[in-house]
Amino acid sequence: MTYALEISELRKTYRGGFEALKGLDLTVKVGDFYALLGPNGAGKSTTIGIISSLVNKSSGTVKVFGYDLDTQINEVKQHIGLVPQEFNFNQFETLMQIVVNQAGYYGVSRTLAKERAEKYLKQLGLWDKRNERARNLSGGMKRRLMIARALLHEPKLLILDEPTAGVDIELRRSMWEFLTRINKEGVTIILTTHYLEEAEMLCRNIGIIDKGQIIENTTMKALLNKLNVETFVLDLEPITKPPVIESATMRMIDDHTIEVDVAKSAGLNSVFSELSAQNIKVLSMRNKANRLEELFVNLVEQGRESKESAAHA
Amino acid sequence: MRNPIYFTALKTIWIKECTRFLRIWVQTLVPPAITMTLYFIIFGSLIGSRIGEMGGVSYMEFIVPGLIMMSVITNAYSNVASSFFSAKFQRNLEEMLVAPVSNITIILGYVGGGVARALLVAIIVTLVSGFFVPLQIQSIAMIIATVILTATLFALGGLLNAMFAKSFDDISIIPTFVLTPLTYLGGVFYSITLLPSFWQAVSQFNPIIYMVNGFRYGFIGVSDIQPMVAIAVLLVFNAVFFTLAWYLLKRGTGVRT
Repeated sequence: MTYALEISELRKTYRGGFEALKGLDLTVKVGDFYALLGPNGAGKSTTIGIISSLVNKSSGTVKVFGYDLDTQINEVKQHIGLVPQEFNFNQFETLMQIVVNQAGYYGVSRTLAKERAEKYLKQLGLWDKRNERARNLSGGMKRRLMIARALLHEPKLLILDEPTAGVDIELRRSMWEFLTRINKEGVTIILTTHYLEEAEMLCRNIGIIDKGQIIENTTMKALLNKLNVETFVLDLEPITKPPVIESATMRMIDDHTIEVDVAKSAGLNSVFSELSAQNIKVLSMRNKANRLEELFVNLVEQGRESKESAAHA
Repeated sequence: MRNPIYFTALKTIWIKECTRFLRIWVQTLVPPAITMTLYFIIFGSLIGSRIGEMGGVSYMEFIVPGLIMMSVITNAYSNVASSFFSAKFQRNLEEMLVAPVSNITIILGYVGGGVARALLVAIIVTLVSGFFVPLQIQSIAMIIATVILTATLFALGGLLNAMFAKSFDDISIIPTFVLTPLTYLGGVFYSITLLPSFWQAVSQFNPIIYMVNGFRYGFIGVSDIQPMVAIAVLLVFNAVFFTLAWYLLKRGTGVRT
């Protein structure tokens, strides 16, 4: 089976001895929308840097649509579009120059590049700004410009390193719609993000990376099913003494707010029954945090604890 | 360049580089015209008239080729040094590094941009010199060969400098402490035959002597160096600098982690 991305035993030791990747294995299927998550310094950007040839690997293999990075680097590059984390275009060039030049580096003729530039700049709402210098754009526009630039050579694999960092909610949603559309059109997408809601909403599969290794590689659905306990915040009519709830763990935040940790199997009915019995009125209820966020923190912590105990053993 | 992808990429880099120096023409094309006009007025007309002949021609005729060459050297070098370093510093060099652009294409593209600016400046300075001294040409082939080889060599020098540079200061150190002294002592303003024999021998190690004299030979047929020796020296230096730039870029020195 050919994968969009196939990484095995990838290692990177930086000069100075820092081991950023410690034998990382990862596969991403063709057509997938894949989230690569991990805390800062986990090795996400190093992995992306190696795939996109900006960082030299120490050892291991990387294949993109079956092409080997070591022996078929040009084919690998042709298949990848990269949207880096930091703005890295020339701020003094116009949008049109930036995207058309980028296409030129991939061998796309200027005539064809201009046609594609019109298509993608229009789709990303930047066409009116095409003759503006990039430095005059807003932060959100700069992010979209980097997406347009990455698509001009029509890659089959689009890698986005935190594409919505610092982007307002409305714009983020329009970027999600755009990415979902091009994914449906057949582009495999790998995304790193710190907005776990983003990963949950967009991605079918997910890899969690910590300290240079993949600690979880599964479907989003399977991962969320692992979550056994959810925390809810309940807004109450003001109360004078803490309620007694036996079916869940409860914490009182103030005289009108409590938090309850509810096991998935237990459900919420018993909590409400107990509160009703004590004449406490629930005004509203919400999830405390993003479910994935909790799971992510748990997984990373678990991974670290098991490593530490293995080291002490 | 048989691969059409490489050719399109090369053309793109070259156009991008030319667009850059033409966009900032006040910084790139006007200063050499003003500086050289001042040289022509002060050294050529005012002081030169009191110096008399040098190398069998008037002092003004003698220094014009040297001053054109000085502009070529400075502009080829600084164009590539500042453009490549800015691309590295702002990280837009990554646009090329992630694309299937070969290292040779990157070198040729940047060097091509530096050579284009150097030649344009050479034409401007030559036109300005026409106001002070009638233009004469002894060997057009020698003029073209020396100017292109010199521009290429210093464009490569600028590229090497930019690869190693870590700050903007690093791209001004070599021009200030190496390039300027070598150029001023490179026979632009005097014939090395005027020097004591020891310093004449030392001057043979200054590569700029060969460029200035080869170029001057093309205009006025006067040279302290055999023209073919000048071409040979230029070819050797070009080959060494090109190989070094290619090797360093392949290793990713200063550009890849």
